Amino acid sequence: MTVPGAALADPNAARDHARAQEGTIADAMPILPPVADDLPAGITADDLLWEETIAPGGYATRRLPRGSRTRLIDIEGDACASILVFNAEMPTERLNVADTVKIQWNGYLGAGKLLLSDMGRVLMSFEADSAGTHDAFCGASNAASNARTYGEGGNWSAFPNARDRLLLGAAKHGLGRRDVHPCVNLFKGVRIVQGGGTLLDTGPFAPGRAVTLRAEMDVILVIANCPHVLDRRPWSVGKLRATAWRGAIAGADDAIRNATPEGRRAFANVDDLYRR
Amino acid sequence: MTDASLAGLSGAVLHDEIVPARAPWRHRVNAGETLRIVDLEGNQAVDFLMYAAADDAERYSAQDTIAAQANIFLRTGTRLLSSEGRAMMTIIASAVDYHDTIGGACSCESNTLRYGHHTKAQHACVDNFLDANLRDGRGKRDMVSNINFFMNVPVEADGALGIVDGISAPGLTVDLKADMDVIVVVSNCPQINNPCNGFNPTRVRMIVSA
Repeated sequence: MTVPGAALADPNAARDHARAQEGTIADAMPILPPVADDLPAGITADDLLWEETIAPGGYATRRLPRGSRTRLIDIEGDACASILVFNAEMPTERLNVADTVKIQWNGYLGAGKLLLSDMGRVLMSFEADSAGTHDAFCGASNAASNARTYGEGGNWSAFPNARDRLLLGAAKHGLGRRDVHPCVNLFKGVRIVQGGGTLLDTGPFAPGRAVTLRAEMDVILVIANCPHVLDRRPWSVGKLRATAWRGAIAGADDAIRNATPEGRRAFANVDDLYRR
Repeated sequence: MTDASLAGLSGAVLHDEIVPARAPWRHRVNAGETLRIVDLEGNQAVDFLMYAAADDAERYSAQDTIAAQANIFLRTGTRLLSSEGRAMMTIIASAVDYHDTIGGACSCESNTLRYGHHTKAQHACVDNFLDANLRDGRGKRDMVSNINFFMNVPVEADGALGIVDGISAPGLTVDLKADMDVIVVVSNCPQINNPCNGFNPTRVRMIVSA
């Protein structure tokens, strides 16, 4: 768009120019109020909380109520969603990746798995997962690793790194550097091979793979969508779509709640927190 | 009589201390100094965190360390990286094949999940880390995934993982050379419900030389 500078020399012209942008549609943006035409059966438009497409290299964050579902869609088959989760009421309680893998006796995330806090509670659970390629080991890229891989890596650059994206997202809730802890990466998978090596799977994957996370507490979710730290391709990451809707909290007979004795106790600890 | 625990250390001993079983420990190690941890009685998990002395919002990062070497095990030669991707310490010698950095620290709260609520009152590493960190003004936000020296956490092909019998033995050591000035915070693990300490927490020795 070319606008002669002289045409915006007075505030009214600048106002008119700014207001003329209303209604512009971008590839990556939130939709307010949220609209989604592909909600699961039984979910109505009134239940919608959030609809946003997150740019390659972008980030987003949202406070989400207990029971809500957040569906992340890897639109083009090349997203990498690095996520942090906090207890919204007391953000010093947050995702603990070590406890998440140790307590579930398994390092691979997927349907039915829990994201556990450092306080022995379940923050979110994987209600559905059509991807199956995730990573709880390698964490976020940082400014130094992106500078090595792409030549630059700052938030202001063409190749922002996941850690600094998470930092900005966390900061929107008043959090800071001490609060950006180990994260989990969704859609790009890491397997552990003989001898302890980390093997990254970058696909190619089919478009439209989805993960649905159920909030088991009132949470702050922070998402960065940057290339995986082990990804050695030229900069490559696809758009990520987030849709959230209200839902019921896990009942006494919930399958995920009852899947393991450790998980059952994690849900019992959540129930205990909300016994008020 | 020769002190076998000092064998191979170069330079002067600046600090030499026994950390009792179940206790925390906190010490500044400056760039260029070497910290030797001695597993005096064998198979004693030493839970380990460190913070940049100049800016303790920069701290050990297990995930950055793993990603940089594309391997979950900490071995001789591993550079222990910070949350900013900088080298904090380097493992310059290890008498044990590898050490863990995915298993985290035991806590009163995680014990309720792993074993049951009857273990809630037992002492735990997170309480040791808090006890030590609080004295420097750090708190719960500063507790990140740690290192477990002398602890064995294998990962199977299907992702199954867990703390299993140790691969350490009495008198074995690991040597860490500081790449920057760091505050080391240790929990001499008090856990009695899994094999990380052979079900019997014991003392360890910390020797700093330069």
